[in-house]
Amino acid sequence: MRHTLTRSLDRSATTFLLIVAGAGILLPLSNLLLPASSPLHVPTYVMTLFGKYVCYAVLALSIDLIWGYCGILSLGHGAFFALGGYAMGMYLMRQIGPRGVYADPVLPDFMVFLNWKTLPWYWYGFDMFWFAILMVVLVPSLLAFCFGWLAFRSRVTGVYFSIITQAMTYALLLAFFRNDFGFGGNNGLTDFKDLLGFNVQASGTRAALFATSCLLLALSFLMCRAVVRSKLGKILIAIRDAESRTRFLGYRVESYKLFVFTLSACIAGLAGALYVPQVGIINPSEFAPGNSIEAVIWVAVGGRGTLVGAALGAVVVNYAKTLFTSGALAPYWLFMLGALFILVTLLLPKGLVGTWYAWREGRQRAALSLDADSAAFEDSGVKPHMAE
Amino acid sequence: MTWKAAANAAFRFFRRGIAVPFNSTIRRCIARLLKQASAIAALAIVACTTIHAQATSFDDAVALFAARSFADSEQAVGQLQISGNPQAYSIISALRDGRLYADDDTKKVFIKAADGKITDAATGQPVATMPDVAGVVRLNNRLRRTVEAALGNLTLLSPDVTTRLQAAQSVFKNHDSAALPLVDAALKTETNETVKRALAVARAAIVLFKSDASEAEKLDAVAAVKARGDQEALALLSSLPGDLSPAVARGATSAMASIKSNLALWSTVQDAWYGISLGSVLLLAAIGLAITFGVMGVINMAHGEMVMLGAYTTFVVQDAIRTYQPAMFNYSLLIAVPLAFLVAGIIGVLVERTIIRFLYGRPLETLLATWGLSLVLQQAVRTIFGPNNREVGNPSWMSGAFELGQITITYNRLWILCFSLAAFTILLAMLRYTRLGLEMRAVTQNRRMAASMGIATSRVDALTFGLGSGIAGIAGVALSQIDNVSPNLGQSYIIDSFMVVVFGGVGNLWGTLVGAFTLGIANKFLEPVAGAVLGKIAILVLIILFIQKRPRGLFALKGRAVDA
Amino acid sequence: MSSAIDPRATSAMLYLDGVHVTFDGFHAINNLSLTIAPGEMRAIIGPNGAGKTTMMDIITGKTKPDEGDVLFDGITDLTRLDETQIAELGIGRKFQKPTVFESQTVEDNLLLALNADHRVRSTLFWQRSKADDAAIDCVLDTIRLDNARRQLAGSLSHGQKQWLEIGMLLAQDPKLLLVDEPVAGMTDIETHQTAELLKEINRDKTVVVVEHDMTFVRELGVKVTCLHEGSVLAEGSIDQVSANDRVIEVYLGR
Repeated sequence: MRHTLTRSLDRSATTFLLIVAGAGILLPLSNLLLPASSPLHVPTYVMTLFGKYVCYAVLALSIDLIWGYCGILSLGHGAFFALGGYAMGMYLMRQIGPRGVYADPVLPDFMVFLNWKTLPWYWYGFDMFWFAILMVVLVPSLLAFCFGWLAFRSRVTGVYFSIITQAMTYALLLAFFRNDFGFGGNNGLTDFKDLLGFNVQASGTRAALFATSCLLLALSFLMCRAVVRSKLGKILIAIRDAESRTRFLGYRVESYKLFVFTLSACIAGLAGALYVPQVGIINPSEFAPGNSIEAVIWVAVGGRGTLVGAALGAVVVNYAKTLFTSGALAPYWLFMLGALFILVTLLLPKGLVGTWYAWREGRQRAALSLDADSAAFEDSGVKPHMAE
Repeated sequence: MTWKAAANAAFRFFRRGIAVPFNSTIRRCIARLLKQASAIAALAIVACTTIHAQATSFDDAVALFAARSFADSEQAVGQLQISGNPQAYSIISALRDGRLYADDDTKKVFIKAADGKITDAATGQPVATMPDVAGVVRLNNRLRRTVEAALGNLTLLSPDVTTRLQAAQSVFKNHDSAALPLVDAALKTETNETVKRALAVARAAIVLFKSDASEAEKLDAVAAVKARGDQEALALLSSLPGDLSPAVARGATSAMASIKSNLALWSTVQDAWYGISLGSVLLLAAIGLAITFGVMGVINMAHGEMVMLGAYTTFVVQDAIRTYQPAMFNYSLLIAVPLAFLVAGIIGVLVERTIIRFLYGRPLETLLATWGLSLVLQQAVRTIFGPNNREVGNPSWMSGAFELGQITITYNRLWILCFSLAAFTILLAMLRYTRLGLEMRAVTQNRRMAASMGIATSRVDALTFGLGSGIAGIAGVALSQIDNVSPNLGQSYIIDSFMVVVFGGVGNLWGTLVGAFTLGIANKFLEPVAGAVLGKIAILVLIILFIQKRPRGLFALKGRAVDA
Repeated sequence: MSSAIDPRATSAMLYLDGVHVTFDGFHAINNLSLTIAPGEMRAIIGPNGAGKTTMMDIITGKTKPDEGDVLFDGITDLTRLDETQIAELGIGRKFQKPTVFESQTVEDNLLLALNADHRVRSTLFWQRSKADDAAIDCVLDTIRLDNARRQLAGSLSHGQKQWLEIGMLLAQDPKLLLVDEPVAGMTDIETHQTAELLKEINRDKTVVVVEHDMTFVRELGVKVTCLHEGSVLAEGSIDQVSANDRVIEVYLGR
């Protein structure tokens, strides 16, 4: 039975990867090769929009990894996402060079505007792409590591952890609003020109960014999947379900939490880095606590503890958001979103994909017990993946 | 009323421009500044219409000096004297000292200061050069007497107390030795104690700068200035000329040191008061949360919206009173408090019965659901009342301020402090002496045991949640007096409130009290050092570090039940 | 503290002396002293609130005593270690309420309990080995859950969960087992089987059993310690202890 379960899970994973790969190849090709008149042509703005969703899906994966599998609810993942985004934004700012409004060869416009004479030390190196990517990975990971080290060591768990992660992102929000912090204050970083020498506005670059986002989604998915299916993954679930039992078995729970939290922050940072060149701006509002919580609800809608569900939830909720906020229903979007939070937690705690899995599993079990008359298993109270 | 509309528009623009929806401190500051600015603007506009005529007569009077006739000058001095214009004193004293110049052609009059700086007499604005044709406005003995008398009348002998006080202050500031006889004369006739003190200090200032005053006189003067003890006294002492006798110099130095430490003390008191005031606001916002979180272990992210509902209840009550019973306005808050408690409390009970009840034992889901609820409530209020700030007025007993030593205390802040302490005390007494309080404490300590003792835990939960929400509602009434009433009101308090509860420890109201005041005071003491925003960040970081040492807050419950 | 070590300490598997724990003014453990010899099985009885579970908490590092010595294997001061370190030393614990990983299979529960390298890196790159399978099979056989190995632990009956948890202790291969109420909610036959199982385990491991069920304690036939208000009230064979006047007074009340 385990075999069939595994195979069916594999099937959904394969389907997911095929869809991601298909989108990553077909959308850019249709955008670039088909004429605008063709009904199959995907306009650049649609592709960019979906590129944004794909980045959100990666963020959702990172949240699911810690919340769905390890029971850690971080309300600060938006901060890791934004930090990755800022690191990329800094690279893009440095690429503008003398083409800015003030035509300063080194200083970004906002620094000239603030009458700064020299580049702050923490902007050094961001003119090099490899360095920026290194920081995209390093800065969120390092913050998560330090924060997690402090929090997990003193066994801050549950809602306490959620609240202090929210405080963390709030503190960063306040900090990044400050002009003298050197990240463009309330306007953030924008007016990007090129990325690796390609114009960020060009369709070709957009197509490549979309394809890269899909690639990142596929790779993050595979990585998260490898983690949750290893013995370490079983330990994470064990921590989620019975933390002190795990501790009494001799596992250093805080190390596991720290590992998975840092990994998750790193993935979120990468998502942010790909998000910024596609939307063309990064500003402090990305740190708003509301954003982080919204990202959690994507995971809840899709189904926490199922990686496919997390990614799907991100795309579905954001697609709905785009539909609603652009039309006459715009004033009702927050009602919708609020209701989504309430209804999903009350009525659909396993999320879309989780509920589907449970339903299918139930059917398989029914079929099995019909097959084998001498069913030795007791089916009562079966708790599938996301038991409390 | 256009100025008000303009101020509102400017406020909106400014808010959008800097887009800091979460930074309540900044927002509150700006709001306060704008409120003040608009008040001043209103005054200015009202005043302008009446003063306009005088302003022209002042200009005409100044222009009279350009005629360079003694008679015209005398007339000008007479008119200046009654003009009440702040430039009058400098113009007439310049005339006395032969530093007043006039240009016949342009009718412009200039003051040449002792150090050669030139200002336009009528406007007081500095001028680079004076036309070559401008000449000194001359004096004769008769005019000189008029001038002296005018100077005296103008400043120190005015029938108006405030004018006299200002005159004494200005003498203190410019410590012109020529004014000494006048000050002495004024001291003899002065009856008002405050003005008398000001005159004595002004005299001391003159003596200190007078080169021919005796050492004893100067030492007395130092003592008098020291007694004044404020920032201006310090400035005066630090600008003393270098040719003082050693004894006086020593006296001045020690007086400066003592003023400095005195001022530092007052600034500490000031910071402490601001801190206590902020602490009382935090206490109000957090106390309801401490109840729901402490007793039920429920994270209510919509707590801020309960505060917001309380503030909107106040708005509705005031609106109704303004329309139907304007005379009752001073009682609006007394009516709003119970109503806000009911509105927020009933909504709280409804929320508990329809949502939270189903999520017990799943704190993280409760957090998400209540966050969703907060979005719904915000949007509902935005739909009903509009997205802009609604005007909530202060009743007369809550406006104004009084001075305490070197600090100013506003009545609304003081009332909010009293109000929050009262709310705390009532709640504490309720928990201790009522049946519901007893049941709530029982449920906090051991839910299962309480249930088996026959306590209807679900009823206690609903009432507790209602109580916590109701208290948030009355917090909203208080906060409507110092903050903008907008749909985002609650958002700006929620993180701070959680920090208070986490810092103070769950399940203990005293922890919330200590937490609120500690954080409030710490915040205000950090602000002058680190700035408002960095101070706030520092507090957040400190709390995160604090949780390292005491993961369950200052006043945490201990024992087996906690981990269960 | 090395200078003042009681000579008994060096030979004992577990040695508690003068232990005090206070929760907000309430004395949960009050001058508790207890010595368990290597290879011994000891039953701990006592009314509710006698401090039995708190004692377990102290030994396993969950609660730190305010004062007193807690030594393991004669040399290791347990008060300085946390739960993980104590578990690694070889002390296994079964909780009062059966605690298994409900959303994982019986087999995986045992796999997680196996005494292996518990560091993050090695678990990430861990590969199943023949030895692991053999160890799991052996435990499954002992606890009679071989048929249920692929079932989710959450779907087991109460008694099966108790056994699974004991099985996890076995897989952990500790020197000392602390077993808190192993037969709560079991049928008479299961209780009997559990007693047999514990006796079998006791052949090469030291066991401390906390239990209310006197029939079960009698069946174990080992030395009994009765706790009351956080300290030892009586110690000896089950017959001696149950004949003790003070024990009767405490249990029956007045």
